[in-house]
Amino acid sequence: MPDQDLRVAQRSQTQLVARRFRRHRLAMISLVVLLALVLLAFVGGWLWKYSVADLTPDESVPPSWDHPFGTDAAGHDTFAQVLRGTQISIGIAVLGALVATVVGTVWGATAGYYGGRLDTAMMRIADLVLTLPFLAVAAVLGHNLGGSWWLIAAVIAGLYWAYVARVARGVVLSLREKEFVEAAKAIGAGDARIIFRHLVPNALGSIIVNATVLVAIAILLETALSYLGFGVRPPDTSLGLLVSDAQTAVDTRPWLFFFPGVFIIVIALTINFIGDGLRDALDPQQTRMRR
Amino acid sequence: MIPQPGTKQPVLEVRNLVKHFPVRGRGLVRRRGGEVHAVCDVSFDLYPQETLGLVGESGCGKTTTARVLLNLQPATAGHVHYQGTELTQLSSKAMRRLRRELQIVFQDPYAALDPRLPVNEIIAEPLRIHGLYGPSGREDVRELLRLVGLTPEHGNRFPHEFSGGQRQRIGIARALALRPKVLVLDEPVSALDVSIQAGALNLLADLQARLGLSYLFVSHDLSVVRHIADRVAVMYLGRIVEVATADELFSAPAHPYTQALISAIPLPDPRKERARERIILTGDVPNPANPPSGCRFRTRCPLFAAHLTDAQRHRCTEDVPPLITHHHPTACHYTELSTLPALSGLSVAIGDDLPGSARAMRGREWG
Repeated sequence: MPDQDLRVAQRSQTQLVARRFRRHRLAMISLVVLLALVLLAFVGGWLWKYSVADLTPDESVPPSWDHPFGTDAAGHDTFAQVLRGTQISIGIAVLGALVATVVGTVWGATAGYYGGRLDTAMMRIADLVLTLPFLAVAAVLGHNLGGSWWLIAAVIAGLYWAYVARVARGVVLSLREKEFVEAAKAIGAGDARIIFRHLVPNALGSIIVNATVLVAIAILLETALSYLGFGVRPPDTSLGLLVSDAQTAVDTRPWLFFFPGVFIIVIALTINFIGDGLRDALDPQQTRMRR
Repeated sequence: MIPQPGTKQPVLEVRNLVKHFPVRGRGLVRRRGGEVHAVCDVSFDLYPQETLGLVGESGCGKTTTARVLLNLQPATAGHVHYQGTELTQLSSKAMRRLRRELQIVFQDPYAALDPRLPVNEIIAEPLRIHGLYGPSGREDVRELLRLVGLTPEHGNRFPHEFSGGQRQRIGIARALALRPKVLVLDEPVSALDVSIQAGALNLLADLQARLGLSYLFVSHDLSVVRHIADRVAVMYLGRIVEVATADELFSAPAHPYTQALISAIPLPDPRKERARERIILTGDVPNPANPPSGCRFRTRCPLFAAHLTDAQRHRCTEDVPPLITHHHPTACHYTELSTLPALSGLSVAIGDDLPGSARAMRGREWG
């Protein structure tokens, strides 16, 4: 057995987690696929002979060597559009979900750990955010500030951190009564250390599951916004916009619908699997893939 | 090597410690519905390199005493002096510095270790917090693992991969990382299998001798306490009822409660076990939110029930008995009666047959 060396090297926690993640086959495959997709979108989009706005003389042609994903009625090259859409969608989804998760986790863990009035005040603010109608806020902001992709990501993060905060608070509320938290206090650990070194890592399972769901939600929200005209605007495009534009063409020109749809599914799936792998790698009691 | 109280300065002085927990009603208003008197006017000294056992049944306030004196929970009243510093009034920042010297080992080795951290990190954490994890940090952690009888190769594993006894050793290594002077052991072996207990107790005794530690050993198990403690304090319902050296307590218990406790220790010899007479206490421990007036033990006291006149009983119901030195400090108004051979003779007679007789065991292990 190659891994069975007699002298066991002392490994840092990061090394241990990385090791466990690498052993998670599905997560590793997903990571490679996602990275390949990102590379294709950013580098490929730059190298490809057509760009999003280019109008080619070929209108509504099925996939061919010249147009691998075909073209639409106006003569846009679908491959170029899908690549551009992938850039935008991944950017929005990952940035939005990441910011929402980080802010929500810190917010919820802090509220849950301190409890009392601070908890009440912080969670009422979160509740307030939850009552804001998403589309109205996004529409107002998008209308006034222009539909750049990072603004949409910011709106998604700004409204969805409150969901994450509620989840994080709930988990921390039960964790803080555990004896290892008192043990940390007994060795002199400060509040920040207890929250970020003990409570958050133990809450990561539910937080990561939430984050991966948020990625999928973010892609859908961006679609909805773009569809309503408050998100990404033509000639720029996103995967969601491409799918909704092609709705009427499902029977006549399926390639317009099929390719961006597959890209959305692949992005959502790979991020879900990566989240699974991360959760398992961070949870040492998952012995399924220890060796 | 039993330290002589009086000849040395105590490292830890606990004076009139009180801890009440508010009982809150449910609902919007959260009215205070009285208080649980968990710890009531507890005083004791802990001398350098001694082991003080703190015994009593479940819910009598042993663990709360341990936590309050380490400032893990705020005291309601009273004082804890550690080498001239008053701990109960200390800011959490100042207390954090003192935690290097006062450490605790928890009862439940399954719950007291963060399941997400590998053992190396668990033991390194106190060093990191206090800025002691230098270039030799890794070697220090390996040394600590060796000190508690684990191999350094165990460091990459996680707590759930260990047995209860091994986990308790990890907890001890973490507590020792800062080289404390006082170690509070909160039922350190009661979660362990009996066969593992001896190993853990011997480790603790060994560490005490090597590192010059003072132990406050909280336990409900009298034979364990007899094995490890130099002096023993007995608690009942938040109050200390008797303090004596281990030998004195087990051979001549003065308080009726202590006598009942000692008569309940099972004897390893079945013939003696059958032959002896037990003091059976009647009733349950009273509600600590509403403790009896006067002597808290009177509701279950065999002396009170059968051997006192009504006039004598009056004193038990009215006055709180102070800890008064008869042969040793005892909180009973009628110590002179309770120690009459006719009433207490049985515990004297069985004293030497108890399991875990300290001298016999120590002679065997380290003689």
